[in-house]
Amino acid sequence: MIKNGTRLTSQVCDTQVIVVKTADSLDDLRCGGAPRVAIGADRSGADVDPAFAGDSVMGKRYVDEGGAEVLVTKAGAGTLSVGARH
Amino acid sequence: MSISLLLEMAVSSDPDRLAVVSGDLRLTSGQLSELADGGASVIAASGAEHVVYVGTGGVYLPLLMFSSARAGVAFTPLNYRLSAEGVMSLIGRLPNPLLIVDSRYRDMVAGTARQVIDAQEFLAAARTVEPAVGFPDPEGVAVVLFTSGTTARPKAVELSHNNLTSYITGTVEFDSAEAGDVALICVPPYHIAGVGAALSNLYAGRKMVYLPSFDAHEWVRLIGEEGITTATVVPTMLDRIVTVLERDKVELPTLRNLAYGGSKVGLPLVRKALELLPDVGFVNAYGLTETSSTIAVLTPDDHRNALGVADAAVAKRLGSVGRPVPGIEVQIRDDDGNVVGPGEAGELYVRGEQVSGRYTGVGSVLDAQGWFATKDIATLDAEGYLFITGRSDDTIIRGGENIAPAELEDVLIEHPDVHEVAVVGVEDPQWGQSIVAVVVPVAGITPDREELREHVRKSLRGSRTPDQVVFRDQLPTNGTGKILRRELAEGLRPATAER
Repeated sequence: MIKNGTRLTSQVCDTQVIVVKTADSLDDLRCGGAPRVAIGADRSGADVDPAFAGDSVMGKRYVDEGGAEVLVTKAGAGTLSVGARH
Repeated sequence: MSISLLLEMAVSSDPDRLAVVSGDLRLTSGQLSELADGGASVIAASGAEHVVYVGTGGVYLPLLMFSSARAGVAFTPLNYRLSAEGVMSLIGRLPNPLLIVDSRYRDMVAGTARQVIDAQEFLAAARTVEPAVGFPDPEGVAVVLFTSGTTARPKAVELSHNNLTSYITGTVEFDSAEAGDVALICVPPYHIAGVGAALSNLYAGRKMVYLPSFDAHEWVRLIGEEGITTATVVPTMLDRIVTVLERDKVELPTLRNLAYGGSKVGLPLVRKALELLPDVGFVNAYGLTETSSTIAVLTPDDHRNALGVADAAVAKRLGSVGRPVPGIEVQIRDDDGNVVGPGEAGELYVRGEQVSGRYTGVGSVLDAQGWFATKDIATLDAEGYLFITGRSDDTIIRGGENIAPAELEDVLIEHPDVHEVAVVGVEDPQWGQSIVAVVVPVAGITPDREELREHVRKSLRGSRTPDQVVFRDQLPTNGTGKILRRELAEGLRPATAER
């Protein structure tokens, strides 16, 4: 399971998040349709999946139904999702 | 999460937003961040393991706090009002520190073997050096603050990056400030409220205007000149501001929110302030250094609802510190450690990510379940409003009966002749301690001692009547308005012996 405080980046847009409250669901956290990676890791640089192009909002806390929570520390064009669900 | 990331977020959102106004200096969030990178480089080059600041603050508080964070060392702003000896003894408790000092306080640290940099020279160096970008450990200590030590030797409270950022992200909505919002900051840099103000306003996207040396006239003038919308004051400041507003009949049309806290405020003063500023939202914030600032808030609506309402329980809330902020749990426990229900007094325990409860040289004092004992005596009402009746250390034990000074103070402050009051216990051969009410009368009035005692006797049990009433021109307080009760009680000893 990802640790609280872990910083993650999107592979396909500028979005960065920090894990405020972790849960197993975050193992499949995606942004812009693509799995997120650790900051500094290689990024695919592919295009944002049009189905997941609804922007991430700077400073917003996103919560899933399992209680996991991430905070957007850099905004981007991709939508955050767990798996393929919005 | 590190405090440095809060600044990165502010820059990422809008690097050109004016973030800090301090004297002639005006910095955007982007400029503050560049200076913090430069500052980190200066700190790293010094090889220091800790950064200490002695000065009045302004831009130096956010700048040094973020520079230290990016250099991966802890930061301690010290109380510049202490004696040179006091400052040196606190510095001696910190590991290999770099001292950054306002030029006027340079003499204070003249005898030190440590590296000393003038604050202005630090700023100049931060502008020119090759910047360093570090990534602090979120679990690491960001800020070490010394408690005021009004009752004991000052303790060094360690606040981690996680403690501080949990408080900020839990209580402040990012970029929530409106475009014209401006905060006036006059709380001292060495106080947790100063640390909290710098972080929360930056995160909210609210311009900060610093007033390092408080003066009520200057405060009122700056409100108009800078179009201040939000301000935070300690009780002594509120008292002086109200005096100026009453006398000069000035208005503060831009001000929307006024927060007060730091120590207890007498209700007549709160009512007068509410009356003089009918369009201002008042906020009473309660917190401790050990809890990374505010843990309970009495909101503007709570204030207005409590004013002039018939329901006694609601009216009473004007004297409460409100309800816990998100992420904070509270419990009231009796002497045996049992959690008590609404209306029952006991010691306040708090728990949450923002609660540190760690002291240098002592370690964590949290219990096994993560609860922190505040040493404050408190009650909760049925709706969860928190009432603080004082420090457990201040409890007077007279003839075996525990008496909270606040009980008497709350009654005495409502007497029209009383401007300020502190009730303390002094040694007494018969009772163990006797009750002394130290009263600062309303200007130009010499109250009748017996009348004041009678005023208390009418409201409280006979054993709570002050044994003595003495008059003073002012009460001894520290820089944030906290009454120095120990000093006050010590000064009263000879008087008691004579009796």
